[in-house]
Amino acid sequence: MNAVTVNDLTKTYGKITAINRLNFTVNKGELFGFIGPDGAGKTTLFRILTTLLLPDGGSANVIGLDAVKDFKKLRPQIGYMPGRFSLYQDLTVQENLAFFATVFGTTIEENYDLIKDIYVQIEPFKNRRAGKLSGGMKQKLALSCALIHKPEILFLDEPTTGVDAVSRQEFWEMLKRLQAKDITIIVSTPYMDEASLCDRVALIQNGNILGIDTPENIVRDFDRPILAVKSSNMYGLLTSLKTFPNVHSVFPFGEFLHYTDRRGKFEPQEITHYLTQLGIQNIETAWTQPTIEDSFMALMEQHA
Amino acid sequence: MSYAIQAENLTKRFGDFIAVNAITFDVKQGEIFGFLGANGAGKTTAIRMLIGLLSPTSGKAHVAGYDVFTQTENIKRSIGYMSQKFSLYEDLTVRENIRFYGGIYGLSDEHIKTKTDFLIRKLQLEDAADMMISSLPLGWKQKLSFSVAILHEPKIVFLDEPTGGVDPITRRQFWNLIYEAAADGVTIFVTTHYMDESEYCDRVSIMVDGRIEALDTPRGLKQTYAADSMNDVFVKLARPQKKEN
Repeated sequence: MNAVTVNDLTKTYGKITAINRLNFTVNKGELFGFIGPDGAGKTTLFRILTTLLLPDGGSANVIGLDAVKDFKKLRPQIGYMPGRFSLYQDLTVQENLAFFATVFGTTIEENYDLIKDIYVQIEPFKNRRAGKLSGGMKQKLALSCALIHKPEILFLDEPTTGVDAVSRQEFWEMLKRLQAKDITIIVSTPYMDEASLCDRVALIQNGNILGIDTPENIVRDFDRPILAVKSSNMYGLLTSLKTFPNVHSVFPFGEFLHYTDRRGKFEPQEITHYLTQLGIQNIETAWTQPTIEDSFMALMEQHA
Repeated sequence: MSYAIQAENLTKRFGDFIAVNAITFDVKQGEIFGFLGANGAGKTTAIRMLIGLLSPTSGKAHVAGYDVFTQTENIKRSIGYMSQKFSLYEDLTVRENIRFYGGIYGLSDEHIKTKTDFLIRKLQLEDAADMMISSLPLGWKQKLSFSVAILHEPKIVFLDEPTGGVDPITRRQFWNLIYEAAADGVTIFVTTHYMDESEYCDRVSIMVDGRIEALDTPRGLKQTYAADSMNDVFVKLARPQKKEN
């Protein structure tokens, strides 16, 4: 059974189409990621799926219930962690958790097992007001509150935005453990490198889905060979490579530039020869595998 | 060698809590310097002292040649600042924002006019020049906001997570602007959560619990910590000491 089925889902705000006839399904128990920049439509989509916003067209079915007609039945069964911290800042950690449990007609004790892993990390500060917590702790409390009624499906809107690399890694480890407890998880993120942590991802940009697949298949569809190039003067290298007659794309990737050629296949020697003529020194090249970011940028250009 | 920033044992205490603990480092003129650290490591406090918004508890620091204790007004005039949260005025147009900031920085009307035309052409905003900032895509805003931050040709510009949330192509276009400014001699002091971006820096420092635990070129850091990427370096350094407070 699908946890989510979406058909031609559309939402516009005046002249702006926030999401444009989206179609996708999410399997039960899946960890599914929406990967895309700000303004892609991720939050609009999440608000519709969590019954907080009405679509203009199309349909969305979540765990067998219609997101518009059955909103009352759906709400008790979904967990939602919005992108903006939305707990009560002047309630303590424990008061927030107790509040959310009560609203959903349950108690902290009843579902403590589910949140235990996460909550023990903030329990030493249970009497602190939520507004006084550090970013990482707020995130753990928000996740605990979204889980306290033991939802079947969990929506996390950009839980790792603005979070440092270490905390991001810890957060994903928590999600993996939740997934093992049979909760379907739908998460959005602007960080492309997090795609590889999902079972499947949808790449989303300007309200359109650019591609949906496993992370492995998405990069497999990238069909141009990529040459990683570096030199002692990266800015000079970048501007020079862009003038190569057969250039298709040049993008910085960490300590390398990723170069693709209009002809598809090419000889690295042509590139080094050209660059040497332009005075670029200490050139190193190596063939490299595409990343999700390579794929995303290629798909963006195809859709432009 | 001239330095854009020199800091020695720079410290900030809030009561018993030491937010920045005797950091010592320098940044060369024209350098792209990455200032990394986990959330809560003390980066923001350090930056606020360097840009003259917060008085240090002890230590010494000079920014653009001025003392962070006594010459904060000179510092403010000599630097540019941009953060993800700081944005342009949403209900002014592109042109009005440039004019406004030009005025704030004390540029002449003539100078502002030339700068405005130049920037609009350079950022290819010809069609958007008279549109409200609120109607522009985030990527355009960020590129414009960087250009406005260096409008008065500061010696050094502080960028606090400038690329958060933008698409991967825009993120790279943004770094092109950074490289260009650095090639013109502007010193770049940048924080980011994208570890691949730290590879674009000439040197990188990593703050852990108020201290600078490591400072080197990206290549040097990867060698020292036997790591394949800056992400690995960061995780190795920041994880063992990481504690929530």
